[in-house]
Amino acid sequence: MEWSAGVDAMSDETMTIFSPHLAARLDALAARYPVRRSALVPMLLYAQDEIGYVSQAVIAEVAERIGITELEVRNVASYYSMLHFKPVGRYKVQVCTSISCALRGADELYERFQKELGIGAEDVTTDGIFSLEKVECIGECAWAPAIQVNYDFHEELSPAHVPGILASYRGKSGVGEKTPHA
Amino acid sequence: MPRLVSHPHEVKIVSRRFGKGAANIDRYLELGGYESAWKCLQQGPEWIISEMKASNLRGRGGAGFPTGLKWSFVPKQSAKPKYVLVNGDESEPGTCKDHLIFQHDPHAVIEGTIIAGLAIGAKLGFIYLRGEYRGLLEIMEKAVAEAYARGFLGKNIFKSNTEFQIITHTGAGAYEVGEESALMESLEGKRGIPRIKPPFPAVVGLYGGPTVINNAETIATVPHIIAMGGAAFAAAGSPGNGGTRLFSISGHVERPGVYELPMGYNLKKMIYEVAGGVRGGRSLKAVVPGGSSTPVLLPEEIDIGMDFDQVGKAGSMLGSAGVIVIDDRTCMVEFALRTISFYQHESCGWCIPCREGTDWLKKTLTRFHAGFGEARDIDNILYLAENMMGRTFCPLGDAAAMPMVAFVKKFRWEFEEHLGGRTCPFARHAELAAV
Repeated sequence: MEWSAGVDAMSDETMTIFSPHLAARLDALAARYPVRRSALVPMLLYAQDEIGYVSQAVIAEVAERIGITELEVRNVASYYSMLHFKPVGRYKVQVCTSISCALRGADELYERFQKELGIGAEDVTTDGIFSLEKVECIGECAWAPAIQVNYDFHEELSPAHVPGILASYRGKSGVGEKTPHA
Repeated sequence: MPRLVSHPHEVKIVSRRFGKGAANIDRYLELGGYESAWKCLQQGPEWIISEMKASNLRGRGGAGFPTGLKWSFVPKQSAKPKYVLVNGDESEPGTCKDHLIFQHDPHAVIEGTIIAGLAIGAKLGFIYLRGEYRGLLEIMEKAVAEAYARGFLGKNIFKSNTEFQIITHTGAGAYEVGEESALMESLEGKRGIPRIKPPFPAVVGLYGGPTVINNAETIATVPHIIAMGGAAFAAAGSPGNGGTRLFSISGHVERPGVYELPMGYNLKKMIYEVAGGVRGGRSLKAVVPGGSSTPVLLPEEIDIGMDFDQVGKAGSMLGSAGVIVIDDRTCMVEFALRTISFYQHESCGWCIPCREGTDWLKKTLTRFHAGFGEARDIDNILYLAENMMGRTFCPLGDAAAMPMVAFVKKFRWEFEEHLGGRTCPFARHAELAAV
């Protein structure tokens, strides 16, 4: 039967959707806790970091690695707001709009990102480089307004900082501002 | 990187290594690091707990429970392994102190965890950081690896035939996980919903074993208490409120930042002297004294000492010591909306009063602020909030409801200003715009 062949293949260590580096990291994670399942949430997050989102293939492989059903993985994953189930931009621009940032101009900051990127909330730019979202408190209240781009914090911002921040990530992505394919 | 601030009124105990390169273990050792853990190994658990009790240290996560007492609840004998769990899921809006601890003094967290482990007889500790703190988790992981390499962690720490290990752990976005029983659920690889208490974690905690759960700042304070002595630490604070606290001051002040001040330090002085007063010379409208869940104070209510008891007496809470300063141009209806939006987003949905209450409060306030409010909505907001309180398994329901009650009771006239289809009276100047 086809499905059982799939399950067998997944349990073979050579069959992983992850890079050798990540696969080794996930192996170590599964072994370090008193109970294997404790590795579940970190595994999903690290997998997302590499794959880009929690895809069906990620869910299947993580379920197999932990030894629980895909349904259980989905049940847990859906609780955590950093995990997402569809592709996003390579650089996720997360603008904190909780109270301390809001008091110091988070909305103006967010509006400038919207204008510069030409996208709205939860959208992805057509070149796939950026996505934009409003997030709740990121623990940067005394340095507000602040944002997080993937895991990098940027503090004490004003709308005037926005073009520079975007340019620096665009530079890292290796894609010019006006690529013919964009 | 977050900017460090300084003020002459500060008493630097927990923050004394900030900005001094102490994330590196050699530097940490030069600055007296790991001496407290060594002392505790020699003195034993009874002594540690008596020093902790003498210190009057109260939990820095927000509840303010005496740490020494909490540790003493863990049974000496246990069939199941005991654990220490460090809560670094810092997420309460207005609070950003643990951020600096992880960044500047990760070994203090490790050393405090070791001492907690020695006090309760645990061989394993977990340090749980919120998922957004990936960069800080990497700093912690490097520090843990260094501590293993130097023999401060492992099967035979300080060559004393004592085992203590630490596992670092990342969350993936959930405020609710900061509640201690939800934190354990999350660490066990489940949805972060709270457990019914009792049993309390000190008896049945992580993986069913007795567990001590402390906030990261609480744990980072422990090595300093051991170094200076419990009584000396207690003397640095106010009666029943030992030591100093990292106050995260945000909002409309000239010099926002994280300041370490003695427990009991006057809130008015904190705003006008330490943080430089209200930004742009504007006047003060309100202060949220201890993170977004604590009831708002009016300008005439802020001449109080910032400790658990005095803020409590003033009708609010010291909470996580996140002081949010609000100037006269701010719309309090919108501030209330922003606040409830956070709790509505973060409610885990397990208890109906919290799940439905936060949702209806957000819906009502959204409509109200947009100019479609009715007079009866004001009392309905109160009714909803008051009926959430005390009716949920964990404190998130109260955390969402308490500030709403205070906003309505103290700023009722501002709510009334929004009635009759009028637009928000602050809209033209407000830095808060529609959610």
